[in-house]
Formats: sequence, structure tokens, C-alpha cells
Amino acid sequence: MVSVIMTPRPVGAQDAPGAPWPWRTRLAVAAGKLAARSSRRVGLGSGAVVGGRVTLALEPGALGTLARGRRTALVTGTNGKTTTTALLAAALGTTGPVATNNGGANMTDGLVAALTAAPSAKCAALEVDELHVPGVLAALRPEVLVLLNFSRDQLDRVGEVNHLVAALRSAVADVPWCTLVANADDPLVVAVAAPHSSVRWVATGGAWHSDAVVCPSCARVLERSLTSWSCACGLRRPTPDWEVRGRLLCSRDGREIPLDLALPGVFNLANAAAAVAAAEVMGVDPSVSAAAVHNVGDVAGRYRTVNVSGHDARLLLVKNPAGATESLALLAGGESEVVLAVNGREADGRDLSWLWDVPVEQLRGRLVTASGERAADLSVRLQYAGVDHRVVDDPLEAVSGARATAVDVVANYTAFRDVLARLSR
Amino acid sequence: MSGDDEVTIAVIYPELLGTYGDNGNVVVLHQRLIRRGIPARVLSVQAGETVPESCDLYLVGGAEDGSGRTAAEYLRQQPGLARAVEAGRPVLAVCAGMQLLGHEVLGSDGRAYSGLGLLDVTTSPRETRAIGEVVAQPLTGPSDELLTGFENHRGATRLGPDAQPLARVLRGVGNGADVHVEGARQGSIVATYLHGPVLARNPALADLLLQTALGGPLGDLDVEGVARLRTERLATPRRRPWWRARAVRP
Repeated sequence: MVSVIMTPRPVGAQDAPGAPWPWRTRLAVAAGKLAARSSRRVGLGSGAVVGGRVTLALEPGALGTLARGRRTALVTGTNGKTTTTALLAAALGTTGPVATNNGGANMTDGLVAALTAAPSAKCAALEVDELHVPGVLAALRPEVLVLLNFSRDQLDRVGEVNHLVAALRSAVADVPWCTLVANADDPLVVAVAAPHSSVRWVATGGAWHSDAVVCPSCARVLERSLTSWSCACGLRRPTPDWEVRGRLLCSRDGREIPLDLALPGVFNLANAAAAVAAAEVMGVDPSVSAAAVHNVGDVAGRYRTVNVSGHDARLLLVKNPAGATESLALLAGGESEVVLAVNGREADGRDLSWLWDVPVEQLRGRLVTASGERAADLSVRLQYAGVDHRVVDDPLEAVSGARATAVDVVANYTAFRDVLARLSR
Repeated sequence: MSGDDEVTIAVIYPELLGTYGDNGNVVVLHQRLIRRGIPARVLSVQAGETVPESCDLYLVGGAEDGSGRTAAEYLRQQPGLARAVEAGRPVLAVCAGMQLLGHEVLGSDGRAYSGLGLLDVTTSPRETRAIGEVVAQPLTGPSDELLTGFENHRGATRLGPDAQPLARVLRGVGNGADVHVEGARQGSIVATYLHGPVLARNPALADLLLQTALGGPLGDLDVEGVARLRTERLATPRRRPWWRARAVRP
């Protein structure tokens, strides 16, 4: 950790925990709750977003008021936000109730809903959409901001990765009191966090390097070795404070903490490492955190196994080539039938070109079905990859018609959400 | 072909120029040869390596501004691509690839860089980003099949007298300069803003490049599923109504 005298997080009289909210906030929160309940009752969803929106419409400053007096940690990045937030909430949960948005609603309205739902929680673990981070830092005044990884995702919505890095770098410069827990293996994250005065670097490995070929600061081609990377301009992999080695989380001062997770995949070890490091900044002993994250097995439906007409269907969410590549690695060597489900709505990103950056060739010889609203895009991708497959547009029909008992359903955002909603009915 | 029976497809700097599924165009070209019984291989040329001049087909993909500038810097020191163009070898250039084959590129960050001058186009920034489905009517070429693709760029690319537009835009923005056209053709270069990837959605364009590479006509090849994909993408894209337009995502 870089030891610099830290500017204290500004704490004012209004910061006293438990101070009552002003009447306007209370009214706005009550109206939001009413809207959320109505939305739930007519079956439109959890109501969190609608409720948050109504609250914000009546009191635009609600986020700051609701966050006041709480110790807050934010989690952002391209992949792993929801899971890391769940793991962090579990770790912080060892100290008392935690406000958290564990349904994936990660824009301002979702944050308002999460804080509203847990008015007395003294801690908050919130995932924030990467584009929304600059807009919420001033209101939430977090103690910790976790920066997981940045890779291309929804280029039609998020835009190019380097613009995102520039926006985040200037946003964190305005919150010098906030400690960053940052991925030392991702040059894009390092470009955001390196100038900051207080950073805990976490080395997580990671298989996806395709979006950090050139230096995010100067656009020269990065020099990479097996374990490190650097650039002629001076940007380089920082010495990590925490490092994932196998299933151990090792600290720079020699502590070794076993990470025993119910969640599958190497990428979830990285998420757990970030969560444990963040919880330590908030005062939770890493061994206590490690024990707490062990029990997290299902994060908003991800990794859940459900029975569909006699099939054991495991639900996996992928949103971009980095995540899809990690998930295919998880399936490697297995015998399950694979149902791929892809939609191309606004929330998914309408451009599905990224499917061609995913090594689906790995699925040759497996039983595969292409489904979802953009099954045609998927089918052409599989065709050219030489992967025999069926096309069944409806993902649940695809699962019901599966030939194997064990089925892995790999779906992108709205396809996943729809499958989950139909299964919960 | 380059001395032997194998068709060699050169991919220029795939790590720098591969932002938008550009690998798909490589896979499609390669497979459309293999499935016709024509031996073919893919040669990835990395930044810093020599660009060979005798490959049968060249692909120059898309990138963000910074990577595009870096790729242009490397390519300016490499005569291989210019010699291949001079010899009439086909080149597909997509998005940033099209921009950097031109004379000059002024990025949205206000920084300009020189292109390779192989294509008579000049690019300056647009006010707004052009994002969305494109349908375009080809203006030249052996096939009049509509082109479908997805554009995502902030460039306004103007054609000089030596370059011809690839297609007339029926839906979407295209080159984004004053005339409503998409892409450019000049000699053996085919350039476009379309992703999708463009060759996965438009097999006729893939075969046009392959025919130029082989110097003769190719037999038909039907890849299952492509017809449905084209029908879906050429249909009017449905937009979500405004009251649901703001999306929540994980």
C-alpha cells in the first residue's frame, strides 16, 4: 500500500448515524415504496427500479441523504460486480446488517432502492454500473471503491474502453479519502487507480488480455511477461498487496488465507479476493471474511441449478467476450449439454459481433443448442465454428428438449433474466 | 496464390485491430475456402513483425482511436501492404481499418495522425457517434444483395475522386460525411464501417473478396442459418418504446 497522509473523508454534523431523514426524503421514500409495491403486485418485477425512480423524481438529492451516516463500499468493473458485491456484503454482514443491491439494479435508482430497503443498516455494499460511478461518488462518499476489471462490453452503450478509463480516473481524483481496491493485473484498472493516494492492489490473474494490448495511458504496445506487464511510458504492474495463488489469498506481509468457495470458476476466486481486501479496509479481519464468503452459493440466480422437466439446469450469465471466455473454460471437460441463449436488446447491447471473439470452437463434440431472440446470430457463429447444434428459439424449450440430464444454460443479460423470471413463477 | 496451393489470409495486427468481432471476418473467409475444398491458412501479423507482400488476401480490422493510431505508426514503416495493393491483392478494411488506409485521421480526441494513403479518403470526427443497424444497397460488384451490418463509430469519412462508395445507405449513417453512402472501394480495396461481422452477414461480399484473391469465379456455398440471419437483420430493427428505453443491467 502506498503510505501517504490521507485526506480524511469529510464528516459533518449531518453525518451523525441515525439522524432522521428530512421530511422531503421521507415522503419521497414512502412514495417510492408504494410504487415498488404496486409494480410487484401487477407482476412487473421486483419494483426496485421503479421505486427508486419515483423517490428520485420527488427528491433528486435522495441518494446523498440515504447514504448519510453509513460506511459504504462500492464495487464496479465490467465483469463480476454482482458476485463481488454479494461476497463483500457477506463479509461486512459479520459486523451487522448491510444495505446492498443484490439484484443487479446498479444505476442511481437501484442504489436508492437498496438504501431505502435497509434504513437502519450502518454498512452498505453497492455495485455501481461503471458509467454511473462518476455521478454517485460525491453523494455516496464511499470508504472503498473496488475496481475489478475493464474490458469491452456493450460497445454501443458503454462506448470504447479507453474513454471509460479517462472518465473514471478524473472521478476518483475528486475523492482522495476513498481507498481503492484495484486489480493489479488489469492495465486499464491500473491506469485509473495508479495516481490515487490510497490503493490496495490485488493480483487476480485473469485470462482475458485482448482489451489491454496497448497502454491505456500512451497507446504504445504493452510489454507482457507471464506474470507481469509494463510500458515504456512508466505505467507498470504495481506490487500487489494481495495475491491469489491457487486457492490461497496471500498478503504482501506473508499472511495466507484459504479461499474455499461454493461458487465455481477461477474468476470467482478473483472476485472473492477483491471482496476480502475491501472488507479489510472496512475493518473486517480477512479470515473472518474468508469464512463468510464461503457460504455464498447463488448470486441473484447465477450458478443456481434448477430442475426443468427432469433436467438439472445450471444457470450461467455471460455478457461480453471476456466473461464468455471464462465461462467456456468453466465448462471445459464437462459432459453437460450446453444451451446458449442470446438476446440483443438495449440492456444486452444490440451489437452481437463479440460472439465471434468467443472461442466457441471449444464446444465441438458437445450437445449444443442455440436459443434466444438472436439465436440466428448464434447459429451462424456455431456453424462457422464447426459446432453441430440445434436451434430452439425459446431457452426453456431448449432445456426441456435437451438430450442430457445435466444442462448448462449460458445466457446473456435479458435472456438470463427472462429465464430466471419464468422459472420463479 | 503465393507460390503454393494454399490460400493465405493475412490478418494485420489482430491484437490492435480487433475490437468489434473482427476475428469473425477471418473465420468466415477461411471457412468459405475450406468448405469448398480449397486449402487455406490464416497468417496473423503482429505489431512489429514484417507485413508480407505476397499473401492472397489482407484483413485490417477495427480499433479504438489509440490502438488505430499505434497500428498506423507501425504500418507506415511497412511497405508490404502497399505493395500488395499495387499488385491488386484484395484487402478488406473495417472501421478504423478503413480510416487508417486513408490520407489522414483526425480523432475525436482532437489528435490527428497520417494514414497509409492507400485509399482516397479522409476522416474527421462527427458530432455524435453513429450507432446502430445499417442497411445499404451495393453500388458496384457482382451481387446486388443488400448489405447488412452494425455501425459504431464517430468518424466522418469523405471520399476523394479515386475512391468509389461501396453502397448507398438505406438505413443508418454510413460514412457520416455529407453524402449518404457507406464504405469505399478503390482497386482491390474494399472498406466499410460495418461490423456484425460484415462477412458473416454478407456472404456475397466475402465471396467477392475470395474471387479477387483466386482470380476466378467460385461455386455456390450455402451456410445453414445465414439466410435467416439476413432476413432478421434486414427487417426494420425494433426499437424499445421510450418509456422502457433506459435499461437496467448487471
